[in-house]
Amino acid sequence: MRLCEQTIEELAKRLRAREISSVELTRDVLERIGEVEPRVQAYLRVTDAIALSTAEAADRRLAAGEGVTPLTGIPVALKDNMCTLGVTTTAASKILGNFVPPYEATVVRRLREAGAVFVGKTNLDEFAMGSSTENSGFFTTRNPWDLERVPGGSSGGSAAAVAAGECIAALGSDTGGSIRQPASLCGVVGVKPTYGRVSRYGLIAFASSLDQIGPLARSVGDAALVMNVIAGHDPVDSTSADMPVPDYTKALTGDVRGLRIGVPKEYFIEGMDPRVESCIRAAIERLAGLGAEVVEVSLPHTEYAVATYYLVAPAEASSNLARYDGVQYGYRAPGQKNIIDMYTKTRHDAFGDEVKRRIMLGTYALSAGYYDAYYLKALKVRTLISRDFERAFERCDVIAAPTAPTPAFKIGEKADDPIAMYLSDIFTLSVNLAGNAGISVPCGFAQYDGKDLPVGLQLIAPVFGEEVMFRAAHAYEQSVEIRTRRPVLE
Amino acid sequence: MAEQKVTEADVRHVARLSRLEFNDEEIGLFTKHLNDILTYVDKLAELDTSNVEPTSHALRMANVFREDVVAPSLSNEEALANAPDREGPFFKVPQIIQEM
Repeated sequence: MRLCEQTIEELAKRLRAREISSVELTRDVLERIGEVEPRVQAYLRVTDAIALSTAEAADRRLAAGEGVTPLTGIPVALKDNMCTLGVTTTAASKILGNFVPPYEATVVRRLREAGAVFVGKTNLDEFAMGSSTENSGFFTTRNPWDLERVPGGSSGGSAAAVAAGECIAALGSDTGGSIRQPASLCGVVGVKPTYGRVSRYGLIAFASSLDQIGPLARSVGDAALVMNVIAGHDPVDSTSADMPVPDYTKALTGDVRGLRIGVPKEYFIEGMDPRVESCIRAAIERLAGLGAEVVEVSLPHTEYAVATYYLVAPAEASSNLARYDGVQYGYRAPGQKNIIDMYTKTRHDAFGDEVKRRIMLGTYALSAGYYDAYYLKALKVRTLISRDFERAFERCDVIAAPTAPTPAFKIGEKADDPIAMYLSDIFTLSVNLAGNAGISVPCGFAQYDGKDLPVGLQLIAPVFGEEVMFRAAHAYEQSVEIRTRRPVLE
Repeated sequence: MAEQKVTEADVRHVARLSRLEFNDEEIGLFTKHLNDILTYVDKLAELDTSNVEPTSHALRMANVFREDVVAPSLSNEEALANAPDREGPFFKVPQIIQEM
């Protein structure tokens, strides 16, 4: 296996033993990018020079044996909605096409201090609004398992880059499923931490009460290593939780005896893709075989999650995106005679259709006369959804469910039907609304058109209960051979 | 077909509030999309939430403060570095106040 296809765990050992250097590893990753990027298009920007200079710095650290962490010398990619000092950050929008942040996101600082190597900024749906990366203002990323299909979204670039060996791990963001769903579609591990577990400082905001940054990686162990670095209280993010961060790798015991796995009856609906359903059920049986106890639970308000999300998230987005007005940064429509025309033309020219749609929906839901019926109502249903999870966790320790209702769909298939697109997040949205943590771990493949398309198992943890979902996900992963499969890109 | 929740006039009003503008074809398309979505989200009306508190924040945190102490911040130059148009230490924009 090439260096660029190995895990953080394997590579960290070899780097520490000075068997390989970070520069060697980084060169292999950059070479891989050269080979496959024309077809995958995971990156908006590859930062070769920064990658090599941070790799050299990492090698110096490794040689001195000082301040070495598991991430030292490891090439990582960042979703392009995370501010990187001095490196253009666009949120995949033309409105920020030339924006160079004067500060860096906290998660970026933490990775940098741990000695990670930065390879580049990955593609996403514009402002993280979407489930396929087709809404990027620049181009669509392709799924390495089938280049005619989407990688999922909105962290499609990060998921595709990890799957294709174009980085060792990546960061994404998840507001309604945007880490977990592309992880599922690209056959990698993706984690959405509990809301507040990871700082949002420097994350270009979409929906402030839902957004969380998390890792995409090749194994549960790798995801745990990245979580150890990025999680923690941040004084400049007043929504970050002031709680200690455990060592998530200690949860990877492989022991799930007596663990109660809750299976929500509302998540196994009629019309579900039978190939997906059989992968998920086999995975749950596998966990039972390892000693876990399977319990049926109910999340009765599941059917209202999509409607709730599509009021709360756009409402928050309409407020967060009001700042893109051409005044202080980004695109400004030229030749306007007054300020209102400037705002309007700037936003008309440079926002994509899905972004405009959500701003319109959000503004409507918040506007006078409609606030109570729409936004406030959605916030009340949100309470009911949270309570569903609390009640379920009285009877189980972790919840198992599909991540996505189907594997990767074809590019263009859902583009004209926003509601069909929204429904692809049906299993992930509730978790963001309630604030719980969730992980997607590869659990098999569904055959479509003679191609094997990845399917992900989702495990949902109680609030700040990431350890139990890591434990279950890791035990499952270690018991199957799926984790060693890689997409073939001729 | 169900009665339209949102009319083209409503859409133009919301567009003004959002500082967005659309041509007639786009107004028609947005009106349809918004109606479809609002019809879908209407299912929330099935639920009795009369005794339910809204959740605006998953962690239910209360006021998070820090000491009111001056700390380093962005310099003027850093803050102006991305300005589409500037004059001295100012962001420059088109006319704000109309002639009376």
